[in-house]
Amino acid sequence: MNIIEVHQLSTHFGNNLVHDNISFQVHSNEIFGILGGSGSGKTTLIRQMVMLQEIQQGSITLLNKDIASLSLEQSQAFKPSFSYLFQFGALYSFLNVIDNIGVMLKEYTQLPEDLIQTIAYTHLTMVGLPLSCAKLFPSQLSGGMKKRVALARALAMQPKLLFLDEPTSGLDPSSTQSFNELIVQLQQLLDLTIVIVTHDLNTIKHVLSRFILLDKTIIFEGNYEKALQEKSPTIQNFFKHKE
Amino acid sequence: MQTPSVKVKVIMETYSNSFSLTSTNKTISLVLLGHWNKTTLPLIIKKLSSISLQHKHLEIDFKELESCDSSAIIYLISLIKQKEIHNVTLKNLGQYEALYTLYSTYFTPIPKAVLEKSYIFGAKNIGIHTVAIYLGIVRAVYFIGQAVYFMFLSLIQPKYIRFKAMLNHIETSALNALFIVGITSFLVGIVIAYQGSVQLQKFGANIFIVEMVCITMFREIAPLMTAIVIAGRTASSYTAEIGAMKITEEIDAMRTMGFEPTVFLTLPRIFALIIALPLLIFFSDMVSIFAGSIVAYLDLNVSFSEFINRMKDTVEIRHFLIGIFKGLFFGMAIAMIGCYRGFQVQNNTTSIGKYTTISVVNAIFVVIALNAIFSVILTQSGL
Repeated sequence: MNIIEVHQLSTHFGNNLVHDNISFQVHSNEIFGILGGSGSGKTTLIRQMVMLQEIQQGSITLLNKDIASLSLEQSQAFKPSFSYLFQFGALYSFLNVIDNIGVMLKEYTQLPEDLIQTIAYTHLTMVGLPLSCAKLFPSQLSGGMKKRVALARALAMQPKLLFLDEPTSGLDPSSTQSFNELIVQLQQLLDLTIVIVTHDLNTIKHVLSRFILLDKTIIFEGNYEKALQEKSPTIQNFFKHKE
Repeated sequence: MQTPSVKVKVIMETYSNSFSLTSTNKTISLVLLGHWNKTTLPLIIKKLSSISLQHKHLEIDFKELESCDSSAIIYLISLIKQKEIHNVTLKNLGQYEALYTLYSTYFTPIPKAVLEKSYIFGAKNIGIHTVAIYLGIVRAVYFIGQAVYFMFLSLIQPKYIRFKAMLNHIETSALNALFIVGITSFLVGIVIAYQGSVQLQKFGANIFIVEMVCITMFREIAPLMTAIVIAGRTASSYTAEIGAMKITEEIDAMRTMGFEPTVFLTLPRIFALIIALPLLIFFSDMVSIFAGSIVAYLDLNVSFSEFINRMKDTVEIRHFLIGIFKGLFFGMAIAMIGCYRGFQVQNNTTSIGKYTTISVVNAIFVVIALNAIFSVILTQSGL
């Protein structure tokens, strides 16, 4: 079953063509990667998928809904079914860590406050943060910690679909490893479909089940082993410099 | 074979398709039914919490459960762990086993420290605030000292004066404020002259409108009005500008490149207002006197030429100069407060708003306080 279907998507800003007629599908329960150099339109693509940027041409279907045709009310109801992990966390600076993690549950459900807090604390432990940072504010956290809190916030709603924008950039190698392991583990246990924008070779190798390589159009689609056998110099180059 | 002396009481109930309870003397068996998720959970919790599960053997059966999300699993774990229930058995976990294991590994109840309220909270707060006030004073003194040091240094070595930035600030904080300063001064001039004219007419002392309007305007009202408008307008913009630069780490970048932020950011702003505020006060003087003379002409039949001649004869130049002189200090105070609060902004979005507010309140208060001090000192010394 296809969770995401992108169909003949084209995007341009002024004269600058960002996407040229791209189409691909993301199947359920896979960890799908969007790769590409700087300015290749990765972030624009993922922002279009989470309805932050308008779709100029073509269509994107998430969980069988054409997101461009949703009314305001429909999209409001639809949004809790996916989560987006921003590159720098985008935590709410006026809420502390625990309230940041529980904010969606608080607004969208009628669960009692103490259960929301317990869920938040559980997810805090799950992403590997100590209890001592529960009452801190985002400005008091390091970049890596912010990312973990943001992941906890994304997971707390238990979405079916999770978008991660460079989840491991700025993390040290061992954190990257444990972050990757956590993502794989969670994907299996929670039946998630995950879309990752990444540059990290470790993630590409060990986490992604399939990925696309973007450079205005899709220049490669498949997994890491298949990519290594490609003869095209652009693809070779992309992975060579990662080693 | 059952002994007739022991009666086993069995109660079985089903709650709106979400669970059924079978309770005997020693065992409660909870059969989960249907869908357990964020939407159904609030009702389930309400019903379950009214049932005492303590001191009994609890059996939870997952067999009939159709779906279950993480919130529900965490709720079940918290139920098991927090109510001191003896011997919990989980039956037919099946497909939920992995999920259950995952969340029970990471399960973290709300720490006790969060729930307990500290009784010394008030005393602790007094301490925290006292230290904060002390540190605030130290920082303010340090900042003022640094600004004054560089001000004198730049008077000796003019290369420290950033002329372009200074002119830029004069434009944005003074030239662009001409309209608002003009209109406030005009209105205040009208009000003062109009209220005065009613009283003066009673005594037939129409011509004294000139002294009344000119001295109050030159000496007190025009400088104060202008300074308050500029405090509201410019102190806030200085704080927001510098605060935003602090958040984007521009100020740290300047420090690492060896550009002293005091020289690059604070000094041009201080000099800009020291130059611009007296000029604005002069402008405000002119507009408000004009407004006063209009009222004098319409209400008291004092013609414009009479007004000007009378002003030349009876209003001493010192009143005008005192107003301008005060402007120098008001300008310096407003710029310093605006910059100081800007440098205090911390790395979060709410802090810009907080310090901008503090900056405006401080600036207006300091202007009024300085004005009072000047008023007493100058009058006492016979000026």
